[in-house]
Amino acid sequence: MGTYNRPEDLDTALRLMAAGPVVPLAGGTDLFPADAARSGWGEPPLDTPEGADLVDLSGLKALCRIADMEDRVEIGALVTWTNALHDHLPPWFDAVRQAAREVGGMQIQNRGTLAGNLCNASPAADGVPPLLALDARVRLASVRGTRELPLDSFLLGNRRTARAPDELVTHIVVPKLPAAARSVFLKLGARRYLVISIAMVAMTVLLDEGGRIVELRLAVGACSPVAARLPELEERLVGLTPEVAAAAVEPADLAMLAPIDDVRASGAYRRHAALVLLRRALGGERLQVAA
Amino acid sequence: MNALAPVEVGTGFRLNGRPVVVDAPPATRLSRVLRENLGLTGTKVGCDAGDCGACTVLIDGRQACACLLPLGQVGGRSVTSIEGLAAEPRFSRLQQAFVDGGAVQCGICTPGMVMAAADLLGRCERPNRGEIEDALGGVLCRCTGYRQIVAAVAEAIAPRAPGPRPAGPVVGARIARLDGRARAAGTERFGADGVPADAWRLRVVRSPHMRARFGLGDLAAVERRHGVRVLTASDVPGVNGFAIFPDRKDQPVLATGHVRFRGEAVLALVGPGEALARIRDAELPITWEPLDPVGFTAARTGEAPALHEDRPDNVLTEGLLETGDAAAALAAADVTAEITIETSFVEHAYIEPEAGWAVRRGDRLELTVSTQSPYMDRDEVANVLGVAPEQVRIRPTACGGGFGGKLDVAVQPLLAMAAWHLDRPVACTYSRIESMASTTKRHPAAITARAGADASGRITALDFRGDFDTGAYASWGPTVAGRVPIHSSGPYRIANLQARSRAILTNAPPSGAFRGFGVPQTLLAVEQAYDELALKLDLDPLEFRLLNALRPGDATATGQVLESVGIAECLEALRPRWRELRSAARSSGPVRRGVGIASVWYGCGNTGMSNPSSQRVSLLRDGRIMFWNGVQDIGQGSNTIMAQILADALGVPLDAIDSSSADTDLTLDCGKTSASRQTFVSGRATQLAGEELRGQLLRLANAGSDARIEPGPGAVRVVEGGHERRIDLALLPPVEGCGAEVALDARTTFDPPATPVVDNRGAPYASYGFGAQIAQVAVDIELGTVKVERIVAAYDVGRAINPELVEGQIIGGVAQGLGLALMEEFIPGRTENLHDYLIATVGDVPEVEVLLVEKAEPLGPFGAKGVGEHALIPTAPAIMNAIHHATGVRISRIPAIPHRVHAALAAAGASS
Repeated sequence: MGTYNRPEDLDTALRLMAAGPVVPLAGGTDLFPADAARSGWGEPPLDTPEGADLVDLSGLKALCRIADMEDRVEIGALVTWTNALHDHLPPWFDAVRQAAREVGGMQIQNRGTLAGNLCNASPAADGVPPLLALDARVRLASVRGTRELPLDSFLLGNRRTARAPDELVTHIVVPKLPAAARSVFLKLGARRYLVISIAMVAMTVLLDEGGRIVELRLAVGACSPVAARLPELEERLVGLTPEVAAAAVEPADLAMLAPIDDVRASGAYRRHAALVLLRRALGGERLQVAA
Repeated sequence: MNALAPVEVGTGFRLNGRPVVVDAPPATRLSRVLRENLGLTGTKVGCDAGDCGACTVLIDGRQACACLLPLGQVGGRSVTSIEGLAAEPRFSRLQQAFVDGGAVQCGICTPGMVMAAADLLGRCERPNRGEIEDALGGVLCRCTGYRQIVAAVAEAIAPRAPGPRPAGPVVGARIARLDGRARAAGTERFGADGVPADAWRLRVVRSPHMRARFGLGDLAAVERRHGVRVLTASDVPGVNGFAIFPDRKDQPVLATGHVRFRGEAVLALVGPGEALARIRDAELPITWEPLDPVGFTAARTGEAPALHEDRPDNVLTEGLLETGDAAAALAAADVTAEITIETSFVEHAYIEPEAGWAVRRGDRLELTVSTQSPYMDRDEVANVLGVAPEQVRIRPTACGGGFGGKLDVAVQPLLAMAAWHLDRPVACTYSRIESMASTTKRHPAAITARAGADASGRITALDFRGDFDTGAYASWGPTVAGRVPIHSSGPYRIANLQARSRAILTNAPPSGAFRGFGVPQTLLAVEQAYDELALKLDLDPLEFRLLNALRPGDATATGQVLESVGIAECLEALRPRWRELRSAARSSGPVRRGVGIASVWYGCGNTGMSNPSSQRVSLLRDGRIMFWNGVQDIGQGSNTIMAQILADALGVPLDAIDSSSADTDLTLDCGKTSASRQTFVSGRATQLAGEELRGQLLRLANAGSDARIEPGPGAVRVVEGGHERRIDLALLPPVEGCGAEVALDARTTFDPPATPVVDNRGAPYASYGFGAQIAQVAVDIELGTVKVERIVAAYDVGRAINPELVEGQIIGGVAQGLGLALMEEFIPGRTENLHDYLIATVGDVPEVEVLLVEKAEPLGPFGAKGVGEHALIPTAPAIMNAIHHATGVRISRIPAIPHRVHAALAAAGASS
């Protein structure tokens, strides 16, 4: 019926979700472009009575914050890319910050939310690889209760998530890492700004005092329906220096990816590009080392 | 609650410092609220998808796309739009810096660009270049190539005192655009602005299929249910067909039972906007019978069903130009080179979608519309309505980018027929998607160029074969047969040439005019073939081109002897930079650097036919000079250029001239703004008009040609030596055919002398412009990515009437050439938006050095000739030659997006 509600507390929001079906609205940076695509071919737009029923979450002030908890960082569902960029997050959030600067232009970064990026579940979502490489979890709430899912269980496929129709994502929960951990995000696109990724890689790494990898998390985006971690490769590279590790990555390590051919690139190229980006990430490209 | 308290309905927020309340559905986009509910049309809408940034506003001081903001989220917040910006001095300085720095062309992106810059200046006092680019990265500009915009933002931080406007002659001066302030302030009216409040809207129902038959059911039921009118092909009052050339009006206004491309217009729904928005295309009584579409490959080989009965082989037209014996000369050549390329559909991607509104006034139809071609629109609309051309008035708005795409009609015939039937104003603005799906494109081309040279480095032969995908309808397809073969040689002496071109019909959007009319594709192949010849002969590519360059007195392949030829000077101007950059090209790690070069020549004006322009200037009895400027400015700056020419021809200060803009009821026919013809053709007509009026005044004063003319209130003083004669304008007799306010009137026409090419002979253009560009690229050989690091461009423009505007044309052309080379690929049904179809952003266009060569064109105004299209053409082949220099690889499929470059590198063993 094209209803529009803007609740100011989570309980009200969840009751509206339960009475659905409704579409949650945060920054609008995916919802309105999708609306333009539909109405461009003769579907009634959102501001008509035929439009979807919306629950505007922007009044939920409690979800606008990044909270530094003892063992984790909680990113509220309304935290924008710009918020994340300017918050005093630890160095191992570098990959998130680097992604924040690559999402759309500043107009999008000022409005789009990290949680919305996950919920939209594009295979090319810039936020997913950095958060996968941080072992992020997604907290969901409904009138039925609250649950947390690992990000890789939340994302089910191209534009598909485990969010039930009555649930809202309220937080992205990131377990804390040692202060010495670092992360990096490399994105490949066909132009400088406003570009959808052809392939991307995120890495979180912790080195010992001898410069050897103690812990490593690697995630590849835009090369499968859901961005993927590479657990076997991560395990194999532990104990190596990053330089040796970079040389040790082989095409076979990416066998589990399923890149597609589309207007931006061929699948074969994506697979190759992911390999190059992985080697470069391990080789230290854009990696901010501890001062 | 106190029953007497005012009840606030709607959403309240602060707009430009004042509280406003808007009663509209909360899901309404803020861009629409600003424009339609609040009447603030300075905020422009280019895509409704956050892809172009034209609608950028500030929310609580930070930039956001108004098209992605529902009204419901704006409640209680502070919104600043372009209309509210000038109140703050530093932002007013910013707007002025845009105007003074050549950062404004068509002006459609300017408000968004200014707002993005204001966001930056609001939070950062001394931003560096990287910060400026980051701040502007979300706003697309299709005209400028961004460099002057970045410079303007930097200038706004530390403004220089503006110099006084020079006294005396203004031709050759860097005059700030006369329309710049309105564009930077957001007050300029474009096609979608200024629509009457009582206008109904028109929405086009389009074919979702590339080829299909269809039937229509009970449309009267749709009309009753929704309270709208549904127009079909049978409602077209006159001829249901349009196209550029008079002999083949093959594109229906509304299709009749058969569609030939995805996006073809089938029905026009007319009614209140809210009613139209609620109608689902899928619910309309249209029964589709999809058919297998005819693609380029099948159509080229003649193995496809015919799109049109009169073209059984799907060949719309063929061109052939022959001189000498190319086959024999190739066989005898000491070296030969062959280049084969395939290019893609390229979308104009002007940031202003097609828009306008029409109203019937008695037996006349008045159409206010964004266009490049007022008089052609008038005639086309008259034909569709079945009325005389004089019954149609075209009132062009400012044109938010054209590049050839607004030469063909789009909304014009639809609006005209709707307003004709409904007897009320009807408006239409295309969505970005329908603009991209339904309007013309650059022709994809499949080209093979074989060139030969002798051992001394002389080009002896060129064999050129090009098939061009002309889409479903004729549009400008016939120019493929004309302009392409003539330009195929490039600006070089070639004794033996055979050039064959064909325009092939396919089930795709019509290919039309796009900055260069097939020449960019043509020289993309040929300039690479020449590069190969130079390399095989171990000659420097620049010196090889210089050796073969046309010189004054040389004849072209059609036997036309040229006098104003500046290609050698352009190459010589580039030589120091070429040597320096070429020898300095360094590689590091996986990055290989290369430097390439390419040249262009381009005939100004229509090919081999009359293309006159007529201008008019009046001296009014109150002493004002009224310039009835018929040239439609599409951003290139003719509003300013023509006034500069007139001022100097007449011998008065620029400020003494009032100009009108084009209007078919008020101004004479200056032809269309295309073919790089306006400065040359209409500029000459303007110069003649100025001289004519000056002559009338001098005769009245009995003064000699050196006398000074000083217009003042009610009189003109003519001063010569110590003598002065005052002409009282009230006393002059009436001018025949003019209103009583006109004291003197001058109307002049210039038609550049051009002759058709018959039996391979002719002088198809009265004037040719010349240029060459150097590109420096960095190729990442592991990823296949190409970054253009520098462009140096040298152009022979005859005379730069306004060097700043000329530089703007060249840098903007470079940006489009870069896009053609590296990222732009329209695929029907796949890249119908500005996030899947990529054009260069502020971060993609490098510094462009412009070197102007001025070899006066005797026919041109003050020696000037055109540059609009020449600017784009050498960029792509220069980039391709640079990629080859860097890697030894040639890319045959254009655009050279990363996976294609990588595949070519891998095939050559040049990648990891």
